[in-house]
Amino acid sequence: MINKVVQSVDEAIDGIENGMTLMLGGFGLCGIPENCITALAKNGVQELTCISNNAGVDNFGIGLLLQNRQVKKMIASYVGENAEFERQLLTGELEVELIPQGTLATRCLAAGYGMPVVFTPAGVGTEVAEGKEQRNFNGKDYLMEVAFEADFAIVKAWKGDTAGNLVFRATARNFNPIMAMAGKMTIAEVEELVPAGTLDPDHIHTPGIYVHRIFQGKDYEKRIEQRTSRPSQKKDRHAG
Amino acid sequence: MLDKNGIAKRIAREIKNNSYVNLGIGIPTLVANYIPAEINVVLQSENGLLGMGPFPEKGEEDADLINAGKQTITTLPGSAIFDSAMSFGMIRAQKVDLTILGAMEVSEKGDIANWKIPGKMVKGMGGAMDLVASARNIIVAMQHVNKAGESKLLPSCTLPLTGVRCVKKIVTELAVLEILPEGGFLLLEHAPGVSVDLIKHSTLGKLIVPDQVQEMKLD
Repeated sequence: MINKVVQSVDEAIDGIENGMTLMLGGFGLCGIPENCITALAKNGVQELTCISNNAGVDNFGIGLLLQNRQVKKMIASYVGENAEFERQLLTGELEVELIPQGTLATRCLAAGYGMPVVFTPAGVGTEVAEGKEQRNFNGKDYLMEVAFEADFAIVKAWKGDTAGNLVFRATARNFNPIMAMAGKMTIAEVEELVPAGTLDPDHIHTPGIYVHRIFQGKDYEKRIEQRTSRPSQKKDRHAG
Repeated sequence: MLDKNGIAKRIAREIKNNSYVNLGIGIPTLVANYIPAEINVVLQSENGLLGMGPFPEKGEEDADLINAGKQTITTLPGSAIFDSAMSFGMIRAQKVDLTILGAMEVSEKGDIANWKIPGKMVKGMGGAMDLVASARNIIVAMQHVNKAGESKLLPSCTLPLTGVRCVKKIVTELAVLEILPEGGFLLLEHAPGVSVDLIKHSTLGKLIVPDQVQEMKLD
């Protein structure tokens, strides 16, 4: 067993320097590495390129790094929830590359599987296709998309063990496992860190070989963007 | 003339038994409320869930369980969770039978624009480009005209495209239309109380009006 545990979030993000490319897991605010983002916002590292499906909201998630102007370039698929992001984009302060969500996912996958390129039909005939090689296979057009290269991937898991094996919970899985595979250096923060041997090997989502540093996070806020519910069906026993 | 729920109700009638369906944000999300009980459908949410259930009861919301619109939801018996790559893998491999999504413009050739208004609105395409590039069947839920009364069913889209030659059917507040393989909007049904003349007036792209145009059935 190779022990991947680091003792603190500061030790986990050690080595992240100005100008680096980071991948950050999560979909909206679901499954984002809250502890690492907060630590990066405090440590003030600059000129980052961030690859993430979304850009957080104004005062949470990647939004914290945007507020501090720590992000030079953002690569994302949907940024609609962040007004500060949209402002920086429209004024040209922030460099932005919007790409299809499946393309984003597949470029992570390619990196984690050691494949330099993938072909996808998403974006054929649109501005996404500009400057990209296009090939026809079996009568259908595809764009060639290259594997991401990220200095660090930062992911959040539900449980992890000291060997770096990860288990995700519900839709907080999203981009986390594929980004974990794609980083040159992968940091995992987990809600519960357990000794190696505790997790059933059959139930591991991300094998520890992809994870270089793991630590137990704390004070998870797990903010909900759209709290939607239906009226309770439970009858009040004392009613009527 | 239909409201948003009316459009959703009409689209719900298009869903076939035992099918996998992806619902986009906006009116398409409302479609789930009108799927008849006898129709067995599995909803795919592209953030990584098959078998999306209704909203949770108040107090039962789980921050780890959301749909692609970031709304708290539930799972159902038979649900499965997966990562984003697999989610788009099943979309690209055409395992999802039907995609229902919104649009700002659709052309008579079946092109769709729904992600960007240059200089004004930049939210991103999310999963829409992947969905329209690969879906076997695409139905668009949209308003026939904009707030200024201008047609959104055009000869060619004026906004940046999401996908080309992909839309098969459109349901608007006025009509149900099919996009013909050779181009053109074939008028299939008019909404209750809506004249064919109003639809002609509201459609800038090539409209084909058959001798008989049925009124939409909603219930």
